Parts: sequence; structure tokens; C-alpha cells
Amino acid sequence: MLLLECPYCGAKCEETELSPGGEAHIKRYGPGSSDQDFEAYLFMRENPKGVHFERWRHVYGCGKWFHAARCTQSLEVFGTYAAQTFEPPQEIKDKISAKRPGWSWRDFS
Amino acid sequence: MMQKGQSKMSNIQTAMNGARATGYVDVSEAPATGMITLRGDLADAGVQKAVKSVMGAGVPATLAVTDADVGQILWMSPDELMIVCAYDQADQVVADLIAALGETHSMVVNVSDARAVFDLNGSATFEIIAKLAPIDMKSMQAGTVRRTRFAQIPAAFWMTSNDSARIICFRSVAEYMFNQLRNSAQAGFEVGDW
Ligand SMILES: [Zn+2]
Repeated sequence: MLLLECPYCGAKCEETELSPGGEAHIKRYGPGSSDQDFEAYLFMRENPKGVHFERWRHVYGCGKWFHAARCTQSLEVFGTYAAQTFEPPQEIKDKISAKRPGWSWRDFS
Repeated sequence: MMQKGQSKMSNIQTAMNGARATGYVDVSEAPATGMITLRGDLADAGVQKAVKSVMGAGVPATLAVTDADVGQILWMSPDELMIVCAYDQADQVVADLIAALGETHSMVVNVSDARAVFDLNGSATFEIIAKLAPIDMKSMQAGTVRRTRFAQIPAAFWMTSNDSARIICFRSVAEYMFNQLRNSAQAGFEVGDW
């Protein structure tokens, strides 16, 4: 069972109260972009065993989208944070570093 | 046709006609209830001022329920409140809120007829909710509201005391809600956690 704290409500949500939104921090490439960038935007996703960043929506609650940093191997949740950011806040990165020294994920580490 | 002295209220039909079920917790549909949705940035000073002036109470804290002069205010999200009041007061409260909000970016709608309201009464009220919603009821307190799901339908509930709760769901799923509450509260189905 996965429990995520919604950063807007502060409610501790059980997974079935949420809707998964896939990988976090994906940069959109639209009209005018290269075929390679467009393909990567549409199809290429991380599939890590370990630290991962995801989008979730508190669909049965406040309705807000948010981000979650967690470990796909242990289901440990490092933290959740607001949707209005292009990268994980330093506080979240520090929490991950404390538990998974040397971690990296896409351009973040 | 309306007769002199006859109340308009006599024509109001709630979704389940006031259905009741007696089990180890009592389940009943509440009488017609006023419900108003207010959308707007709750951190905005204009929204806060308008709510205070009309309701006689400010915007509740996150996940809180506040008693106001006209009913109660429920925190639904960072940009949504639900106001619960007497059914025949709702239109006036909506008009007052719209007037007080003025140009502030917001929306106020009377949703009374789009919702159904149920009451649970009994010392095992927490247990009935724990059976149906993915909520840690051991950490739930009176005065807090949660939007969640009850089995497969969205709902909001708050504890009106330590042994009673009020639940709001969409009117279209009122029968589903009533049936699952009644079934969970049947005598002989006690878990015994509360
Ligand atoms: Zn939330």
C-alpha cells in the first residue's frame, strides 16, 4: 500500500484516493521541434529500480496535481511537493541524498 | 398550485425520500439541506473578506469545518468551499456572497439539488466509515472534513460529534451510498474496533 501526503491538503492519502499521472518533470516538445525531441517527449520514459519522480492527482480529494519522489524498489516515499515547479526542490533532493547517496535521475542528482 | 400558508418546502423531494436504516449504527438521509459551492482562491483577501462578511465566520483552515452564523463552512480544496445551511436559505446566501465578492475572481453556485446528504449516528460511526473509505479513522477528529471515496463513489464527510457523521455525495449515486451504509451497519457485521 502506497501512502502519499497531498501537499495542498496535508491529507495522508491512500493510493486509491489518488490518480497516477506518470513520470514527472517531462518537458514538452511541440510543433517546430525535432523529430527526436518530439519522440522522446511522447514515448521515452524512465523505468528505474530505485529513486523515481512521479505526478499524482488527489482526484477524490482536493483535485490538485502534485509531485512525489519515491523508491520503486522499496516503495519508500521521500516526499511530495507542489506541481508548480520544473524540478524537485532542494529539500526533497537532500532527503533522497540522505537515504540514497549518489542517486541520479535524468538530469537531477 | 401553492395554497396560502403552505410552505414551498413541502414540494422538495430528497433523493431517497428520507430513507432510514437501523443497524449497529443508524443511517438516515438528512432532510433537504442547503449546499453552496464557492470557487475562488481562498488565500485571496477579497474572498476572505466576502466570506467573513456574509457568513460571520472566516475561511476555515485546511481540512477544517467552521460554524458560521448561517450554517457551516467546509474546506474542500485551496480554491473551494462548501457552505452547508438551511435549504430555503441557500439562494439568499448565494446572492449575498456574489454581491460581496463583486469583481473578485470567483464562482458561487447553489448545488443543494445536485447532492444527497446522509447522517450516521452511533458509537461505531467511525467503524462504518473505516469500512468504506480509505481513511485512517483513528486519526480523524471532529471538526475536520475529508473528501474521499466511499467504495466506488466520491464523497465528503465530517464528524459532527465523536459518534456521528454527515456524508455528502452526488444525488445521482444517493441510492448506492445509502445501500452501502446500510449494509455496513447491519447488526451482526460489527468489527469491534470502535
Ligand atoms: Zn489534496
